[in-house]
Amino acid sequence: MTAIDAPIAALPPATAGMPAYVRTASAPSLAPPLLSVGWLGWARANLFGSALSTVLTVLIVVLLVLVVPPVIDFLLVDATWSGSDREACLASAARPEVGACWAFIGDRFAYIIYGSYPIPARWRVDLFFALLAFGTAWLLWLEAPRRGLGAIYFFAVLPVATFVLLHGAPAIGLPVVDTALWGGMLVTIVVAAVGIVVSLPIGIVLALGRRSQMPAIRLLSTLFIEIVRGVPLITVLFMASVMLPLFLPETWSPDKLVRALVGVALFSSAYMAEVVRAGLQSMPRGQYDAAHALGLGYWQTLRYIILPQALKVTIPNIVNSYIALFKDTTLVFFVGIFDFLKTIEVARADPKWSTPVTSATGYIFAALVYFVFCYAMSRYAARIERRLAVSDRR
Amino acid sequence: MSGNGDTIKPDGTGQGAPVGPAVAITGLHKWFGEFRVLADINLEVARGERIVICGPSGSGKSTLLRCVNALEEFQRGEIVVDGMELTKDVKRVDAIRRDVGMVFQHFNLFPHLTVLENCTLAPIVVRGTPKHEAEETAMALLARVKIPEQAAKYPNQLSGGQQQRVAIARALCMNPKLMMFDEPTSALDPEMVKEVLDTMVELALDGMTMLVVTHEMTFARQVASRIVFMDAGQIVEINAPEPFFAHPQHERTKLFLSQILR
Repeated sequence: MTAIDAPIAALPPATAGMPAYVRTASAPSLAPPLLSVGWLGWARANLFGSALSTVLTVLIVVLLVLVVPPVIDFLLVDATWSGSDREACLASAARPEVGACWAFIGDRFAYIIYGSYPIPARWRVDLFFALLAFGTAWLLWLEAPRRGLGAIYFFAVLPVATFVLLHGAPAIGLPVVDTALWGGMLVTIVVAAVGIVVSLPIGIVLALGRRSQMPAIRLLSTLFIEIVRGVPLITVLFMASVMLPLFLPETWSPDKLVRALVGVALFSSAYMAEVVRAGLQSMPRGQYDAAHALGLGYWQTLRYIILPQALKVTIPNIVNSYIALFKDTTLVFFVGIFDFLKTIEVARADPKWSTPVTSATGYIFAALVYFVFCYAMSRYAARIERRLAVSDRR
Repeated sequence: MSGNGDTIKPDGTGQGAPVGPAVAITGLHKWFGEFRVLADINLEVARGERIVICGPSGSGKSTLLRCVNALEEFQRGEIVVDGMELTKDVKRVDAIRRDVGMVFQHFNLFPHLTVLENCTLAPIVVRGTPKHEAEETAMALLARVKIPEQAAKYPNQLSGGQQQRVAIARALCMNPKLMMFDEPTSALDPEMVKEVLDTMVELALDGMTMLVVTHEMTFARQVASRIVFMDAGQIVEINAPEPFFAHPQHERTKLFLSQILR
């Protein structure tokens, strides 16, 4: 109080003419203390920073020592890499420890990939995989040339090519392959790809519908989204496979796989709609104002202003949904479709390969494959996220 | 500067311009739910006229502007822009919006588009102007607001003052007959206010019809044909700048001026 009330003249005067301090020599350049840099510094800061941290570090090291060697032993050291039947993977006096039976995976590999797809026609599946990989790379590689063309290829050309290749077109000499014969990785990829490709546009339409000014459209969109989201995927699949035929004329009884595809697509669309809606809601009102003030109509505003920005911020969540969708495709095996997991399930029950380690090997293989796909998607999303963060910082 | 000052008449029309006022607002009322934001607004803006609207916050100034290009709906009254009555008809609304440029307090540039793309989007998409032509116009206007060298940058890379000048150029690219400014300098750092006001003064010198909501009284004194003072959703006083500042008539106006002109 007194300090503030004191008149300014009472402040100490600056020393006239004389600087208070002038450096005469620059400070000597000392190296940083040894314990604060390099791996030692890192370990001190991150592993042994506090008592709790030290305890956790030690615990984790102990856990790793206990777990990792046996896993490596099972997966690699004691594993069986070749053989033509169960004999190769059985324990014997000469070989008391038997690890993963990779020979079994190798033997049934074609079945796991193609299911019962006719062997002479399997090149068509290979070609489909190649076309899909090409399109995916084109679309996901952000610096790729002609990405607009890539999108047309992916969303227009590829679906038609896929249908012609996999289903067949007798007109051009490709015999029809019934979808009951499709299986394995092929089905998993087809279901996931259809879900991924279809759910985004439908999800966008539903999200827009839910935010529409028109009550009827808003009500319908909300009803659809909430009903589908309120039901487990397995229920949607059962309904699609049992109830869809009831609604449709008898003459046009849709294929079992198509029914599952419809179920998965609708299910993921409802989730995608909510993801997209979050993105739409993150757009400030000023963007709409500016677009409208310039004379852009509703659709023009969406197409040029809102969606490009909203989808960009939504990419990580979209990929998240895709990861969930990819794993959810395993549920189609409950409606009698032989997806990747189901083919492993069938293969492991084959008496020809019946050994104590066959099931474990099959499931580990399945887990690894799902992990590779999902981890790749997750990494990709993380990369995009970092890119966006950089471009926002500017 | 680039202005041709001799075409400006205090409240007259430019040469060869169509007859009738640029904007005619009659008996305008607007409510937000129960709350009345605009009441009995009557204002006629002649072509080439520069109207500055001022008043305390919440007095309905921005809402009035936003009604003119249908960013807000109103419940009663009539707005005629360039001879077209504003109705709920989408085509009519779009036609009016094409003719009315708007500059916002927070710029509202499109962050995902470059400065040049911000300027060319509406001409290309709305007017169907060929891309190279739209880009030429945009570059000319960016030169006019003195930032042609920023054309390839993204809005977030520019300073606030530069962004607001881009916003002005963007609106001008549609070749509007009327420009509305909604507190264009309120969100700017003090040292950037002048560059934006200078741009607006030049625009005024070129004979643009302008509706400006602002608290920059120096600008109002310098540029305005008439000053409109609003309070509580009503127009309290309209006068030319000289008498407005020298002899405010209404008590509310006197109070307001005494508060902002220290």
